[in-house]
Amino acid sequence: MVELSRIRNFAIIAHIDHGKSTLADRLIERCGALDAREMTSQVLDSMDIERERGITIKAQTVRLEYRAQDGRSYVLNLVDTPGHVDFSYEVSRSLRACEGALLLVDATQGVEAQTLANAYQAIDADLEIVPVLNKIDLPAADPERVKAQIEDIVGLDASEALLISAKTGEGVEAVLEAIVRRLPAPRGDATAPLQALVVDSWYDPYVGVVTLLRVRNGVLRRGQKIRFMGTGAVHQIDRVGVFTPKPRDVAELGPGEIGFITAGIKEIADARVGDTITDERRPAAVPLPGFRPSQPVVFCGIFPTDTNDYEHLRDSLAKLRLNDASFVYEPETSTALGLGFRCGFLGLLHLEIVQERLEREFGLDLVVTAPSVVYRVHLTDGTMRELHNPADYPDPTRIARIEEPWIRATILVPEDYLGAVLELCEARRGRQLDLTWVGSRAMLVYRLPLNEVVYDFYDKLKSVSRGYASFDYQLDGYEASDLVKLSILINGEPVESLATIVHRSAAESRGRAMCEKLKELIPRQLFQIAIQAAIGSRIIARETIRPFRKDVTAKCYGGDVTRKRKLLEKQKEGKKRMRQVGRVEIPQEAFLAALKVG
Amino acid sequence: MAVMRIASPATADRLPGTEPESPGDPGFALYVHWPFCLAKCPYCDFNSHVRQGVAQERFRRALLAELDHFAARTPGRRLRSIFFGGGTPSLMPPETVAAVIERAEMHWPFEGQIEITLEANPSSVETAKFRALASAGVNRVSLGVQSLDDLALRFLGRLHDAAEARRAVETALSCFSRVNLDLICGRPGQTVEAWRSELRQALAFGTGHLSCYQLTIEPGTRFFTLWRRGELALPCEERQAELWLATEEEAARAGLFRYEVSNHARPGEECRHNLVYWRYGEYVGIGPGAHGRLCWAGSRVATRTERLPERWLSRVERQGHGTVEEEQLSPRAQALEYLLLALRLAEGVDLHRLAALAGGHALSFLDVGAIERYAAAGLLELRGEKLRASPRGMLMLDRLLVDILA
Repeated sequence: MVELSRIRNFAIIAHIDHGKSTLADRLIERCGALDAREMTSQVLDSMDIERERGITIKAQTVRLEYRAQDGRSYVLNLVDTPGHVDFSYEVSRSLRACEGALLLVDATQGVEAQTLANAYQAIDADLEIVPVLNKIDLPAADPERVKAQIEDIVGLDASEALLISAKTGEGVEAVLEAIVRRLPAPRGDATAPLQALVVDSWYDPYVGVVTLLRVRNGVLRRGQKIRFMGTGAVHQIDRVGVFTPKPRDVAELGPGEIGFITAGIKEIADARVGDTITDERRPAAVPLPGFRPSQPVVFCGIFPTDTNDYEHLRDSLAKLRLNDASFVYEPETSTALGLGFRCGFLGLLHLEIVQERLEREFGLDLVVTAPSVVYRVHLTDGTMRELHNPADYPDPTRIARIEEPWIRATILVPEDYLGAVLELCEARRGRQLDLTWVGSRAMLVYRLPLNEVVYDFYDKLKSVSRGYASFDYQLDGYEASDLVKLSILINGEPVESLATIVHRSAAESRGRAMCEKLKELIPRQLFQIAIQAAIGSRIIARETIRPFRKDVTAKCYGGDVTRKRKLLEKQKEGKKRMRQVGRVEIPQEAFLAALKVG
Repeated sequence: MAVMRIASPATADRLPGTEPESPGDPGFALYVHWPFCLAKCPYCDFNSHVRQGVAQERFRRALLAELDHFAARTPGRRLRSIFFGGGTPSLMPPETVAAVIERAEMHWPFEGQIEITLEANPSSVETAKFRALASAGVNRVSLGVQSLDDLALRFLGRLHDAAEARRAVETALSCFSRVNLDLICGRPGQTVEAWRSELRQALAFGTGHLSCYQLTIEPGTRFFTLWRRGELALPCEERQAELWLATEEEAARAGLFRYEVSNHARPGEECRHNLVYWRYGEYVGIGPGAHGRLCWAGSRVATRTERLPERWLSRVERQGHGTVEEEQLSPRAQALEYLLLALRLAEGVDLHRLAALAGGHALSFLDVGAIERYAAAGLLELRGEKLRASPRGMLMLDRLLVDILA
């Protein structure tokens, strides 16, 4: 057990690309937690996808041993936090395990939207915050300007901000000293009944569920019988350990410590994040304040390309869910796409990550339908139902009103691109709440329908601002809107997986754009194909694909057969990726591309 | 020599097995590739090379050696046809042609009506060799006329003009009993009327066989570069279809019927060699880059030799053959090859044979629903044991093929 005064629990909060992982690597290196051979770049991003995209999805922790200039040895627990807006909920729960945070800001870029969002979360969680300016080795670094921004926008005293370069290692020693000197030690009582907060839990195929926790009071030991206060489940601890970042067994974990246990738990539902663990024989009177469970806000259908892969997809989703309780799924049947699942995610990036993991780790080939938000449909009979799938849109005559979710978005954008960003927000039915200036940048606060953001808002924002705008949002309630179901018909047959719910004012242009896109992507066939967009029975757009007239190889002799056969096999493989709507074959890319236009 | 080569029925009857020309026997043929040309045509993606001097003696010996090599592995066959293709085989020394024919007959008895075809360019130099080639045993010539329009010939990069082509056809008709004309249609800007008139002139020669190929842009050709730069545009698909239909119509008027996508013949004058391919018979391919399909030990093997002439030559000299690839074809691959070849023929696919090639899993790899749909739409015809593409279906055969595979 480590004495409280020698423990510091901290997080690094930063906007994406501001150097969080690099700083974490330096700290790990400096504290000698890994030898050079083990030190691959960005150790904490353990999943391939995380490393490739440079983002953190799941919270990771690492326990560092640091001998400070005061001669004492400290245990520093670094709790890594996800950097993306989709996972802001996970940020908040990671911060709950800490007493302090390093607010890392790129000295060449300045404060960005996520800096702000994460800093506010840290302030809300009552953490002590140390501003750290990174990348001061770059010629474009402007520490004075960035300090001023931290004071003006975030409202933190930046006079003692640290100046570092995580890349070169300059200033890293000062960071470690600041952690020891400026961040508070945890408080707690080792003699009180056990109270440990479940920070995260995941499934490991060898040992079952691994539970990451932060002890508040009491002591956790191997062999101890524990109870999860929320679920009531009782388990016996097999293993107690810490991540260094390699897992290392320890005898016990006391107040202020962060570590993991395994206890023969089979499902992560039994080790719910936010639950409190207590001693079965000497339970605490009350649980620690928990977390609000995360709610999926974006839904889409996921179908196997090859219908024979349905079972494989089902098993894979179940396995993924073992590690990621924030996504949900239920079976869905589509005429065009066959058997699949309706899945809910924390956001678009979360969706993409799950899709990528399914494809990469489980070898699945998938069709993913357009993301949609959760609508509240109030029926004339006074009942309300949540709509996760445009296909479930009720008979319009039974609808009293539809409400859609809105968000409150914060956007920071250089002056030059303000006009374009304002235009984008207005086009997406946004309502401006605030516009202030931060030096030469504008800080915009907008209320926007989430529906308008889920498709491509982020991409568009990046493109109109040449990548200079930063964006963060939080959900901001529901509001009634004039929404309609836009159907797409192929040769007169409605294609449910192409149906979308859109604002009436946008229906026509969107319908036209979708028809045009489909025309571009559906290959010509041996007969004419009509593509139509409709609201109810009213056709609002139409395109026609003319049939083939001639498609035959002129020469095919003894020397051409092998090539021709291989080509035919390839074309046939390509056909597998086609979906049949009536007699019409539609490539899956066409579905996805059509749903992305707007 | 030539007289001897027209094998007597007695010779043919000595061998057990197949009846000559029996419909059930797709036949056994020999393909000889001569890889050299005087110039590379801008549309041609064949294995052809321009060389200053050719080591004629070494090439002849190598061709014969490779012939011996394959013959040792295919005993007991009777030969239905020999085809000298290229490249420009009319550049071959007639002695080499004669030597190959003679050696082939040593290995395999000839069928009664053996067809020995040689591809020729209609230039005056080559035409002068026709008589010698005929004496060597060639009894059919396929003339690469391509067009009877001087402008078009220049566009196609040909070394002959229309007048030379006409003289070549006349000479060929006087030297060989059977002559084919090769034409290219679907040239940029070509109208249906102009094509009909050109076609009528070609048919007026009275040859029994006509091949008309739609100009195709192949990767790796000069035309491909031009086309990608937007400097060359083919007629639209609609026009191409019209040209194809006009070809069929004009040829039929002259008594030549379309028996394959690009080939027309007076009944009985079909190219027996190519029918071996399309009916998925057995064929030996010798020379650089030649392909073969051989039946060994109950299975079918696809062979390919080294493409580059010099490398092929040294391989053959070193090891007796230039084979670089030998793929044992699965039942499915064989069935696919038969299907994609035989559907090009007006006579169509024999479903029993298809099932037998597929390894007894009768037609399990076909999408019967799609076949029925296309039959109802008039693109395919399913009669008895035959599956055929209608003329309209044949125009879209590549697409149909993909669709009818399960």
